[in-house]
Amino acid sequence: MVVVDINREQVFEWLHEVPDPEIPVLSITDLGIVRDVTIGSEVVVALAPTYSGCPATEVIEQSVIDKLHECGIDDVSVRRVLSPPWTTDWITAAGRKKLHDYGIAPPEHGASKRELLHEKRTVACPRCESLQTTVVSEFGSTPCKASYRCNDCLEPFEYFKCI
Amino acid sequence: MTKDQALLAYTLRLGDNALVLGQRLTELVTAGPELEEELANANFALDYIGQARMFYSYAGELEGKGRGEDDIAFLRDGHEFGNFLLVEQANGHFGDTIVRQVLFDLFYGLQLEALTKCKDKRLAEIAVRAGKEIRYHLRHASQWLVRLGDGTADSHARVAESLGRLWRYAGEMFAGDEVDKILQSEFDGPDLDAIEAHWSVKVAAILDDATLAAADDKWIIGGGRQGRHSENLGFLIAEMQFLQRAYPGATW
Repeated sequence: MVVVDINREQVFEWLHEVPDPEIPVLSITDLGIVRDVTIGSEVVVALAPTYSGCPATEVIEQSVIDKLHECGIDDVSVRRVLSPPWTTDWITAAGRKKLHDYGIAPPEHGASKRELLHEKRTVACPRCESLQTTVVSEFGSTPCKASYRCNDCLEPFEYFKCI
Repeated sequence: MTKDQALLAYTLRLGDNALVLGQRLTELVTAGPELEEELANANFALDYIGQARMFYSYAGELEGKGRGEDDIAFLRDGHEFGNFLLVEQANGHFGDTIVRQVLFDLFYGLQLEALTKCKDKRLAEIAVRAGKEIRYHLRHASQWLVRLGDGTADSHARVAESLGRLWRYAGEMFAGDEVDKILQSEFDGPDLDAIEAHWSVKVAAILDDATLAAADDKWIIGGGRQGRHSENLGFLIAEMQFLQRAYPGATW
């Protein structure tokens, strides 16, 4: 396959179509884990891992390689970038909106710092926007989520927790 | 011992602590006392194993002999593991698990915090990532310790007994050897005396909330750093490495 004139913007656009395997409404660019794309003899995509043990890390790396192969780029590699570390503040505004619409309460911006200072967080129910919510479990179905319940509409929901 | 050897040994030990504790907590998957704890435990296990992978990958690179994270985790024997005796102790009952968790995570959190300022860039980067996770673990475990200690007469008695038994393994964490000394002097690594002082204050505060008293036991059992382990580690490793030992090189 012959590839002509690939540029970074184009690669970023393609990467925007790669979904997060756990929360498929989010793309990896929404999640803020694509740190850089360099184009030389091969295309190198720099990805920041989210949580240390996140089983999605390898799946995402493979999806990036597969996607770019589909788009006609044969020589692709993925580099892991640890610094600066990914925090929930890297999730884009569009990403937060998508999470909310999907029924997962998004982390507020700047929340990772407040989490550090042990400030009490207020989480709005993604269905009825009530602030009267209760944490059911700090840990949820994936490392990145906590389980909540809305005291007004009584629906359980997940919260994308801050690190 | 050269600087490079010390850095490699130190990185392996970090990985060993994380892997062994991660494997221990994995044993509790599907056996948690309630659903929320089940999820919390599984999440903790996953974090430790993820951290172990980062340390082992780096150790493999430092060593430069082509060993990857899997070779280091699955193809070494017990005497080559440099983890603390504390983390290999059996899960016991829930109180035992929680005490082990508080004693270790309090140390590990301080160790990682100190490592974020060390001169080795990669270790510092991993420490930033891992430290965020350990703060979550510690908050959870210390809340449980308070609930158990300040709970019913039965929960108090049982967790006090756990503390008495596990306390003797805590001292080892601060008894550094040449590797720790070189890491401190050459890489601005953790100062174990400072960590011990900090740890003692923090642990006393949590125990106070939990209406528990630290054991008056000055007897320290050590040897983990040098690969001298309690019988617990052998069983853990036998289960963890079964597949790679029975079917060498198996992939799927």
